[in-house]
Amino acid sequence: MDEVLLRRLTPDVLAVLVRRGADFAAAEDAVQDALIEALRVWPADAPRDAKGWLITVAWRKFLDATRADAARRRREDRVEEEPPPGPAPSADDTLRLYFLCAHPSLTPASAVALTLRAVGGLTTRQIARAYLVPEATMAQRISRAKRTVSGVRFDRPGDVATVLRVLYLVFNEGYSGDVDLAAEAIRLTRQLATAVDHPEVAGLLALMLLHHARRAARTAPDGSLVPLAEQDRGRWDTRLITEGVGVLQAALARDRLGEFQAQAAIAALHADAPTAEETDWPQIVEWYDELARLTDSPVVRLNRAVAVGEADGPRAGLAALAGLDPSLPRHTAAAAYLHERAGDAATAARLYAEAAHKASNLAERDHLTRQAARLNTRGARSR
Amino acid sequence: MAKYLLLKHYRGAPDPVNDVPMDQWTPEEISAHMRYMHDFAARLEKTGEFVDGQALAPEGEWVRYDGEGRPPVTDGPFAETKDLIAGWMIIDVDSHERAVELAGELSAAPGAGGKPIHEWLEVRPFLTASPGVTECH
Repeated sequence: MDEVLLRRLTPDVLAVLVRRGADFAAAEDAVQDALIEALRVWPADAPRDAKGWLITVAWRKFLDATRADAARRRREDRVEEEPPPGPAPSADDTLRLYFLCAHPSLTPASAVALTLRAVGGLTTRQIARAYLVPEATMAQRISRAKRTVSGVRFDRPGDVATVLRVLYLVFNEGYSGDVDLAAEAIRLTRQLATAVDHPEVAGLLALMLLHHARRAARTAPDGSLVPLAEQDRGRWDTRLITEGVGVLQAALARDRLGEFQAQAAIAALHADAPTAEETDWPQIVEWYDELARLTDSPVVRLNRAVAVGEADGPRAGLAALAGLDPSLPRHTAAAAYLHERAGDAATAARLYAEAAHKASNLAERDHLTRQAARLNTRGARSR
Repeated sequence: MAKYLLLKHYRGAPDPVNDVPMDQWTPEEISAHMRYMHDFAARLEKTGEFVDGQALAPEGEWVRYDGEGRPPVTDGPFAETKDLIAGWMIIDVDSHERAVELAGELSAAPGAGGKPIHEWLEVRPFLTASPGVTECH
């Protein structure tokens, strides 16, 4: 059974139920029940009209739940099972769902969970596993999120930027549990791009495609991190790169630059270099300048300093770094790298060890520890 | 979201404000304490922030490898061990501030005289498994 196809139908089915008058929270529960039933039944007996099947079953689940509620208050006869089919769900319906699930009243974690379930069609269990929390906790997180947005009117458009931030968070979670969240984020961003014509949606899609293209090269067989400069570029996915560059160029042509387009442009320049040495660093620095203007983010300025180090030499990079807050994440790691390039192995080794101590994730800590060890043992041998 | 470990110590943490050993509380005070801990966990489950909570027995021993074909060496327990962990709660929260806020609430669990223990809890962030995909250029 094609689980991705099943998930792709989720927002449409949900939109149909909401159109028929079901409130969002109840409709979402009903769609989830229908998806779980599909996962159970379809492997043995797949319907010809998958969407029709889902709508019928979800509507029945909704009626059952409503009736169970109503039965507590009064006994009643069977209600009409199948209302006349409404108009087919439109791109606007899908878009509204994205806005609702990323509503600014939600915390980022709640928006991510609700988006993955209501738009992505993932089960609560899958989302719980992906984020390494108990299923009961995730179920509560989702139902709280639904309560939070229950008063939000479903017909008003929101800010596409909030939706993009949620999708970006999902993408960055990468691969965990039995769900490939990066691939899921790409799927949802693609779907969004068909529903709304917005250069930043395209920018985010391009960014994701270009980064996803490097995935196979990003980790060694033992799971350790491979830095960009050392990646086997033959293992980059050229099909994804071509697509990403195409999407980006079309977006840039609209002349409404945004941060995701700028980030994608940097990723595209890396993708364009046949070897690390041939990277167009001056142009990357220019894009970082652009990005700094758009976001005013200290993390961007940190990345810019590293790029300056490649374009104009490590001393220039260290000078750019000197103006930044040393408590920034990865500041020490960047300093270590630039000092090594400047020929000061002892300082670099000390800073790599310090950066490892400060790292917030395992793969990065191990990578930085190895860098320190490499320099320390090389020093010992030469002495 | 980030996961944090709230660590509770039998020994090794600075002294709490309300420093009366549990075996000198009244049974009602013990029940009230247990109820507080239980309600706290239940509330975190409702907010979608609870991951795990476990208690550890105070007894334990040290174990280490002793070479090929030999059974592991065991030793202890050592009375003088500085740190003795009593249990933990793992939470999944939106911010470091929220982790500190929750640890503060957990530390307010009632003890002797029904007053908060003001127990010191150690708050430790988890290392995440994978780096953010788009963050390393």
